[in-house]
Amino acid sequence: MIDDSSHYFTFDGRRIPFTPGESVGAALTAVGVRAWRRTRVHGRPRGLFCGIGICFDCLIVADDIPNERACLLIAQAGMTVSTQEGTGHDATG
Amino acid sequence: MTPPADTTFSVVIVGAGPAGLAAATEAAGHGAKVALVDAGTQPGGQYWRRPNEASSAAGKLDYLHHDLTSYTTLVDKLSEHRKSGAVTYLPQHDAWTVEGTDAGFVVHLVDRSRRPEKRVSVTGRRLVVATGAYDRQIPFPGWDLPGVMTAGGAQALLKGHGVRAGERVLVAGTGPFLLPVAAGLAEAGAHVVGVHEANSPLRWIRHSPAVAKNLGKLGEGVGYARSLARHRVPVRTRSMLVSVEGSGQVESATVARLDGRGTPIPGSSTRVPVDTVAVGWGFTPQLELLVMLGCETDVDIDGSVICTVDGRQETTVPGVFTAGETCGVGGAALSLAEGTIAGIAAAGGAVAASAKVVRQRSKLRSFAAAMHLAHPVPGCWVDMIEDHTVICRCEEVNGAELRAAVDDLGAADARSAKLLVRPGMGWCQGRVCGFATACLTAAWTATPYSPGTTARRPIATPVRLGTFLEPSDVVDAPTTDGAQCDRPTIRARARYDDA
Repeated sequence: MIDDSSHYFTFDGRRIPFTPGESVGAALTAVGVRAWRRTRVHGRPRGLFCGIGICFDCLIVADDIPNERACLLIAQAGMTVSTQEGTGHDATG
Repeated sequence: MTPPADTTFSVVIVGAGPAGLAAATEAAGHGAKVALVDAGTQPGGQYWRRPNEASSAAGKLDYLHHDLTSYTTLVDKLSEHRKSGAVTYLPQHDAWTVEGTDAGFVVHLVDRSRRPEKRVSVTGRRLVVATGAYDRQIPFPGWDLPGVMTAGGAQALLKGHGVRAGERVLVAGTGPFLLPVAAGLAEAGAHVVGVHEANSPLRWIRHSPAVAKNLGKLGEGVGYARSLARHRVPVRTRSMLVSVEGSGQVESATVARLDGRGTPIPGSSTRVPVDTVAVGWGFTPQLELLVMLGCETDVDIDGSVICTVDGRQETTVPGVFTAGETCGVGGAALSLAEGTIAGIAAAGGAVAASAKVVRQRSKLRSFAAAMHLAHPVPGCWVDMIEDHTVICRCEEVNGAELRAAVDDLGAADARSAKLLVRPGMGWCQGRVCGFATACLTAAWTATPYSPGTTARRPIATPVRLGTFLEPSDVVDAPTTDGAQCDRPTIRARARYDDA
């Protein structure tokens, strides 16, 4: 028996529930989060677009690793994900 | 230096969707030692995308699928072949490049099942590329707002995770694929405010012989139409999505009626409050690995670049086969037929012995041609591009910048535009904007559409520099009959890295 309370990751400090095997992008969408990246040039919000790993619009920072595709990344309990600013490699993008 | 022959697979197959699964099981059935490489966590590709086995959603979403019997049959065969050691299955492996060597085709992979990810390679004397396709997109004002998704993306969320892309959804674009997407969302409880199909169904009548030969396909469409009627989802034909509005995310979508020539009727546009738009204009085949190997390509009726194949699904490069959407977008049934033929041929079997599948393939290809003729992208989209409309989402190149590249800098095609103002230069390497940029540069220079080079990419999927610099492991073919291991044999190697 799996304890459901263990199936959470955090997104920008917020607890997000997920079902085992679910992608980070799907879990965020399920709770109404639509955007988790701001673009490099104009700082525009982006989230899922192609949903299958082609477009790289849904890039997110997961456990300090930037540029993970949220649509492909499988959620893990205790994972810390956060909004990606620009290239994800420095605070100013 | 070449790897020992006995650790080389007889056939490496890239992609485990309908075409790749059919090819793998067929090749193994013909005695080949097969490696089946796939980016997904489990077999099925986009068409048979299902929740992870471990997920609580597993099994609950089967109602979204049209033909799960073929899937179950193929997956059962696959697990038998894995048990006997005939097939080595490598899920969560992205193929990023391939090279032809004396020993065979070396496919370089990133194993994403490990964190951090790891480089590996696999070698086959024959190669079957079954990399499928993704939604084709055209830019429109507001399409970069969160809440606009590809139709396939909305479908993937639903089939893969049981998650609705939104609560009030408008489905738009062209092609039969819009129907299952809208029906699935409605069945899952979303309020689908409408399906906006840019073309008229009357266009199919001109191709009635092809439809008559494929009544099963027609029945499939009727089934989705019934489901949409049951959920009171209006289906509007000759209706086109022209823009999406919102601050920070989608708040409304604007649709317009098209006249008989596919031009918006003045004053016919309506703004609909929605939180999500799912849009698709057909599909773009994924040809990177084939183009890298030098396989000849052609332009299909729908304007897609496709790989040229012979009756055995072999490309112009001997030993390289391809099946499914890569040689012309035509759906899962056609992919199964082509994959079956490619699997037999790659294993050295006689395709002529499978006359039934060969007939099936030709029937389904005629249906695909009718579909492309009935569902063109209306040319009017080009005139709807505004100065600030994003064309390239990665590099944030807008309509004015692309126009300036053409008018002021002399860009004559997608490639020169890319070099001048960067559309297609970003993370996705033009997968999303390549078709649009080719159309726009052609329209603005009044030259013929020539998408020729849009599928040419030095790497098929971006690889982290850190991963790239790590030494690569080799996945060996099992050397003893009946050898079954949970993980394939992987040996550390330094060959490519020392070179």
